Amino acid sequence: MSETFQLDGAPVPFEPGQTVMQAALAAGHYIPHLCYHPEFKPHGSCKLCTVKVNGRTVASCTMPAEAGLTVESEIEELNALRRTLVQMLFAEGNHFCPSCEKSGNCVLQALGYDLEVHTAGFRHLYPDRPLDASHPDILLDFNRCILCELCVRASGEVDGKNVFALSGRGIAKHLIVNSESGLLSDTNIALTDKAMQVCPVGVILKKRVGFNMPIGERRYDERPISAQALDDAPRQTDASGNCEACEGTP
Amino acid sequence: MLPDNELRFDASRQIWLDQLVARHQTDASRLLQILREVQEYFGHIPQPAISRLAEKLSIPRVRIESVGSFYSFLHLKPHGEYRVLFSDNITDRMLGSEALMQQMCQQLWLQPGKVSEDGLVSISPTSCTGMCDQGPALLVNGRAITRLTHQRVQEIAQLIRNRTPLNNWPSDFFHVDDNIRRSGLLLDNTLAPGDVLRKALSLGGQKIVEAVKTSALRGRGGAGFPTGLKWEACRNAQGSEHYVVCNADEGEPGTFKDRVLLTRQADLVFEGMTLCALAVGSKKGFLYLRGEYRYMLEPLQAVLQRRRDNNLLGAKILGQSGFDFDIDIHLGAGAYICGEESALIESLEGKRGVPRSRPPFPVTHGYMQQPTAVDNVETFCQAALALHMGAEKYRAIGTEKSTGSKLISVSGDCAYPGIYEYPFGVSVREILQECGAVNTRAVQVSGPSGVCVGESEFGRKLGFEDIPTAGAFMVFDDSRDMFEVARNYVHFFAHESCGFCTPCRVGTSMLKQTMDKIAAGHGTKYDLNEIENLDSVLQNTSHCGLGRTACNPVLHTLKHFRPAYENKLKSLMFSPAFDLDGSLARARQMTGRDDAGAHLKEEI
Repeated sequence: MSETFQLDGAPVPFEPGQTVMQAALAAGHYIPHLCYHPEFKPHGSCKLCTVKVNGRTVASCTMPAEAGLTVESEIEELNALRRTLVQMLFAEGNHFCPSCEKSGNCVLQALGYDLEVHTAGFRHLYPDRPLDASHPDILLDFNRCILCELCVRASGEVDGKNVFALSGRGIAKHLIVNSESGLLSDTNIALTDKAMQVCPVGVILKKRVGFNMPIGERRYDERPISAQALDDAPRQTDASGNCEACEGTP
Repeated sequence: MLPDNELRFDASRQIWLDQLVARHQTDASRLLQILREVQEYFGHIPQPAISRLAEKLSIPRVRIESVGSFYSFLHLKPHGEYRVLFSDNITDRMLGSEALMQQMCQQLWLQPGKVSEDGLVSISPTSCTGMCDQGPALLVNGRAITRLTHQRVQEIAQLIRNRTPLNNWPSDFFHVDDNIRRSGLLLDNTLAPGDVLRKALSLGGQKIVEAVKTSALRGRGGAGFPTGLKWEACRNAQGSEHYVVCNADEGEPGTFKDRVLLTRQADLVFEGMTLCALAVGSKKGFLYLRGEYRYMLEPLQAVLQRRRDNNLLGAKILGQSGFDFDIDIHLGAGAYICGEESALIESLEGKRGVPRSRPPFPVTHGYMQQPTAVDNVETFCQAALALHMGAEKYRAIGTEKSTGSKLISVSGDCAYPGIYEYPFGVSVREILQECGAVNTRAVQVSGPSGVCVGESEFGRKLGFEDIPTAGAFMVFDDSRDMFEVARNYVHFFAHESCGFCTPCRVGTSMLKQTMDKIAAGHGTKYDLNEIENLDSVLQNTSHCGLGRTACNPVLHTLKHFRPAYENKLKSLMFSPAFDLDGSLARARQMTGRDDAGAHLKEEI
């Protein structure tokens, strides 16, 4: 009974109010994405989910679904753009996958593999981003931040704490925490916070549990993110707001 | 100067801060305006002030830091008692601004971008300050100084060294000329305040909208959206309030016509806004004035007060019961992106100036998510004129799809830089002749995000049919290196990217890196391909117009002036991005050596 749009030639049904991304995931179609998370209001900043709607490129996570749209996603032209975006994110921060405890569970890394990003593409910027190890139980490694704002949204919208925010502008934009000292230990963050669970990369880490998952058994070892993300996405909008297996949760 | 955490935050400062918050009705949506005043009072935004504001406004302190760090003119750390910002538009550079900045740095013993050891002064470049017709220009503690010369820079350095208060500096330093070279319909108007509103009141809202539609007026900010349709959509949109916003965040490098309009025609601007209020049913309007034009705040507030006194603003305007409207002026604080209407609205709400995802559009979900009509300064003037003279008569001026007149801000290599008003449809060549430009190589129309027009295209016409323009017209003669022009614009976009989306945040920096690499003589053909690749990503995936147009200056100059690039390339297909000799620069600086032995020989 519900209306549909076309995604790469397949009809996709949607509910009123759904975006192209939400409807696609619910119908079992994967569109690459980073800053989109099924539990939060679409953000539209990473642009990995860029698709062509009636020939025009738009972010599918913020594009309202409409009957009769012709959406293209799985085409080389768009995947080439996505590869460059992933390269940009790698070049912008300091990502050393072999020594990162999020390796194998990292969305950025998984996207890199899935989109077949084989080269660096850009000269890396090597920004100076000191760690914050002040908190007894939580480590912040800003080197890996991709500025998706998921922790900002989780802490503000779910935890009601506003522990995180973005500071600065342009390429100098960076994550900060809510304390006069600027240190995480002086905030009211708790291990049980939603903000602890949503980081898609290795910025917000629980101390003393790193590398506890053997290589081969990590999240993206067996299945690529394109398959994993479909398992994670709620097939129907979950009224309780619960998400059994959200991305980025190790 | 004491380090920030030791800055005494005594009772008197706290009282001042509390009074400031009270003056802003303890309203967190006025955060940017509050921070701007804190910046003016303390010279920066001290940490204890942030904590106090967070407490008084009941918002997390992290939000205040987040907003404060977004705007170039706000500083979260001490940034000198005197904060000098040299306008860094290409037109300032062509008038010698780089040497002048270097001179001032030497005289005051400091490096650009850094605060002097004694905390007295900082000197940095800033994006175009809108004084291109009388540059080189700078801002000192937010106040504009024009027509810099070596002597004037020397005098300024002396005044700073002597800690002379800004109010005691020679007043001619701060003089800003209007430089009106050619006037027309708009600049020649002899309307008295209230003339347009009296006529409008006899028509009523619906007929005003019809008249503006009939006039075929299109927005003067560059995009050219039909003003009548915008007003109609806003009028018809459901909302508890409707808002009128005048976009005076004239940030496009090379544009300064709104500065002149707000100096010479402030009444007409406000009359146009009030007309719009009548058309869309609004009680509240905002003028968003770019921070660079801070010096206009008091004069503009005086005009608003006079209009209130004359019953042209406030309750029952011109005695019409139910026609209540007032205007508040908000100042920006150094962010080009706030010229984008949804970013401007975010900034008006006291947030970071990040463009919103659209739809919904501001006409239905604008300021405070209510229907909002955002128009350019000149658009409001033109709307008022069109209504007064009659839509049909107005429509006869200009061209079919671009009706009325347009103010052009002319700067660069010409004898008479300044403001020129033409009916739409004027050719590039006609303007060049009138402004006294000779041996012209190219014109950048509508600023870095516009188009670069080469000699073969000087017959092209300004208007939405051919070259749409927000008004900038920067002239370059045959002595100019168009590569350097493009490189200046690329630096501008990288500096002004808000950083929200990946392609623009990283892509503009990568583009800057590539252009700098070519400028340093390390570029290869690979880099030109790389520019085209970046352009594709920026154009197709950017969140807003800034990212989508950031490659334009490079692509346009490449099209017309490819040799300017190719001459700088190594004639190799590939060359390592790593510059072995360049990497020793720091070691040379530390050892104070620059002799031949301290340099590596060219390897290949």
